[in-house]
Amino acid sequence: MTLWYSRNLLLGGTLSLFFAALALISFVWTPFDVESLNIAAKLKPPGASYWLGTDHFGRDVFSMIMVGARTSIAVALVAVGIGMGVGVPLGLTAAARKGGWLDEVIMRGNDLIFAFPSLVIAILITAIAGPGAINAIIAIGIFNIPVFARLTRGAALSLWEREFILAARVCGKSRTRISVEHILPNVTNLLIVQGTIQFSLGILAEAGLSYVGLGAQPPTPSWGRMLAEAQTMVSFAPHLALVPGLAIVLTVLGLNLMGDGLRDALDPRIRVART
Amino acid sequence: MKRLNLGALAAISICAGAAVHAAQTDITVAMQLEPPHLDPTSAAAGAIDSVLYSNVFEGLTRFDADGAVIPGLASDWEISEDGLTYTFHLQEGVTFHDGTEFEASDVKFSLDRARAEDSTNAQKALFESIDSVEVVDPLTVRVTLSQPIGALLFNLAWGDAVIVAPESIDEIKSRPIGTGAFKFVNWVQGDRIEMQRNTDYWGDAPALETATFRFISDPSAAFASVMAEDVDAFVGFPAPENLPQFEADPRFQVLVGSTEGETILAMNNKQPPFDNPLVREAVAHAIDRQAIIDGAMFGLGTPIGTHFAPHNPDYVDLIDLSNYDLEKSRQLLAEAGMADGFTTTLKLPPPSYARRGGEIIAAQLREVGIQTEITNLEWAQWLEEVFRGKNFGLSIVSHTEPMDIGIYARPDYYFQYGKPEFAAIMETLNAETDPDARSALLKDAQRLISEDHVNGYLFQLAFPTIANAKIEGLWKNQPTQATDLTGVRWTE
Repeated sequence: MTLWYSRNLLLGGTLSLFFAALALISFVWTPFDVESLNIAAKLKPPGASYWLGTDHFGRDVFSMIMVGARTSIAVALVAVGIGMGVGVPLGLTAAARKGGWLDEVIMRGNDLIFAFPSLVIAILITAIAGPGAINAIIAIGIFNIPVFARLTRGAALSLWEREFILAARVCGKSRTRISVEHILPNVTNLLIVQGTIQFSLGILAEAGLSYVGLGAQPPTPSWGRMLAEAQTMVSFAPHLALVPGLAIVLTVLGLNLMGDGLRDALDPRIRVART
Repeated sequence: MKRLNLGALAAISICAGAAVHAAQTDITVAMQLEPPHLDPTSAAAGAIDSVLYSNVFEGLTRFDADGAVIPGLASDWEISEDGLTYTFHLQEGVTFHDGTEFEASDVKFSLDRARAEDSTNAQKALFESIDSVEVVDPLTVRVTLSQPIGALLFNLAWGDAVIVAPESIDEIKSRPIGTGAFKFVNWVQGDRIEMQRNTDYWGDAPALETATFRFISDPSAAFASVMAEDVDAFVGFPAPENLPQFEADPRFQVLVGSTEGETILAMNNKQPPFDNPLVREAVAHAIDRQAIIDGAMFGLGTPIGTHFAPHNPDYVDLIDLSNYDLEKSRQLLAEAGMADGFTTTLKLPPPSYARRGGEIIAAQLREVGIQTEITNLEWAQWLEEVFRGKNFGLSIVSHTEPMDIGIYARPDYYFQYGKPEFAAIMETLNAETDPDARSALLKDAQRLISEDHVNGYLFQLAFPTIANAKIEGLWKNQPTQATDLTGVRWTE
């Protein structure tokens, strides 16, 4: 019940769901085909037949936003998946071996990646491996790893001090089993909240990489590239920049609000404080 | 005569000054690309000539604004009966910017340096047939050829054939010393190059006292710089979509000139399936040139059907050989055994004609079942992968050198054509001096590559210049890459 008390969660969830729905619908239907060009209908302002107007190739902007949402969400989702899939086990292992050499190796490795600004790493990776959606996913995924590893380790460390873990150890469970069976379920809430935030950062990162030409390659529509292409046309076709710009802002805002709302709803300490 | 001219000029400017106020004598000209260094005789980069040609450096002959070859540092010349000996008479009273005298020995030095074994000149072929350069007296040079060539005076007008001062060579890349109407003053790398009027100039004194070249590569920054009047002129304006706004604004004039840039869809003639002429022909027929010109260039550009500038009198209109015909294209693909199409790479350099044109071409090729994987590359990567590495299926690029159809004779050139028949035409052409015979050979050459569909021929690149409405004398066309400021003046 507490979930619905959060206005942030409601607003953020609605925005996020809206764009997720656009992305899903685009698999089965878009108003126009985004890959076929119609030069004769270029640069139309928003209107009845083209709801959000057309770009310089006569492509329907609304259709491109729909398919672009798909690109953004897919890249961010898989990237967060990579970050969680690798980062969480690393964090659990480090916490289980606190102070040991494994802990040191894992955490210093994380520090190394963390020391670089995330977008710089992403640009480095795509510059070496070549531009493209897959490489963007890997790049964004890699800088998600230390985020999840640190978060998991920090939360797990305090859990390891608790009595119920001690009980499990007394029962003779191995460290790995304790990590999986007792620690992991207790950090899930934190991971969901952080996952939402990282997801929004992933969308921003994808837009940034596409903007500089290192993300999904044409003809796959992407919000960042739409913005980059609109740049010289802002003065006579402002909708070309406004629409993808707003799409990015609203999605990221929605996800952040949702993250805040989830944290309020899920964090036991805040919940206790409120009641 | 010279004194009289100057006197008259001074009188005019005094009158003008009395009538209104003194006209502005400084100018800021922007362009997209910055030169990598400042020696036009040792690099292919056109940006070097865009800044220095005719302003700082001059050759024995030169191009004028219409592309005609006119006398430069050589006031006149005689050609022997057999076409093998050229005797050039040099201008009198010419000095380099460092104060040293310009003499026949400087000409000999410059030409010998350009054609030397270890020369790094980007266009060594221009000097190939020169056998020897002799100093007859300080104002006369004799150039002897190993075989008569029809284009010597044209070749000597190139930016790669300018006369340099022997004692300046060590520092020429950062401190160019020429004979031109402007002296190089300063280069702030990444930002601008400054020049100043050469008061000892041998020719007509330029109206401008100082000139600044600025380098703005980003199209939206280019737009902003012109709109804010930070720059007085932008040559080679990179965003054709903004031209209507400038045209509607009384503060500006818009000149849309021609260039020597044939924009082509390059096909890798040695890589399957493009080694099959039927496939190349199918690709050529699948392309709608007008849609590319409208979509990528906002209408700027002239369709071409072969690798030759349409404003050249020898141009042959061969567009019908590769007209937009999807039916024919599908049929040709079927004949080649590829009725279901195929997948290939399309590697694109940064200019918008390539990036936007590439997206349009990809969509057009999809219509006949050819799938393309687009990769956007920076210039350095493009040169590495496509131009040198020949690792590509398709690419789009504009060949901006004048009269460069000869590249088709080179089998190792990146699109790897080099048909012996074509090389034979070029060889005959080089030795031919009769204008009619040359013209016929050039037409044969155009026809051959067009019939073989070596590349997809798209359009001749246009050259937009945006300038303050009060400026006159800027070159409209680009017969060679240059921003000649010697005749530029403010009208009020």
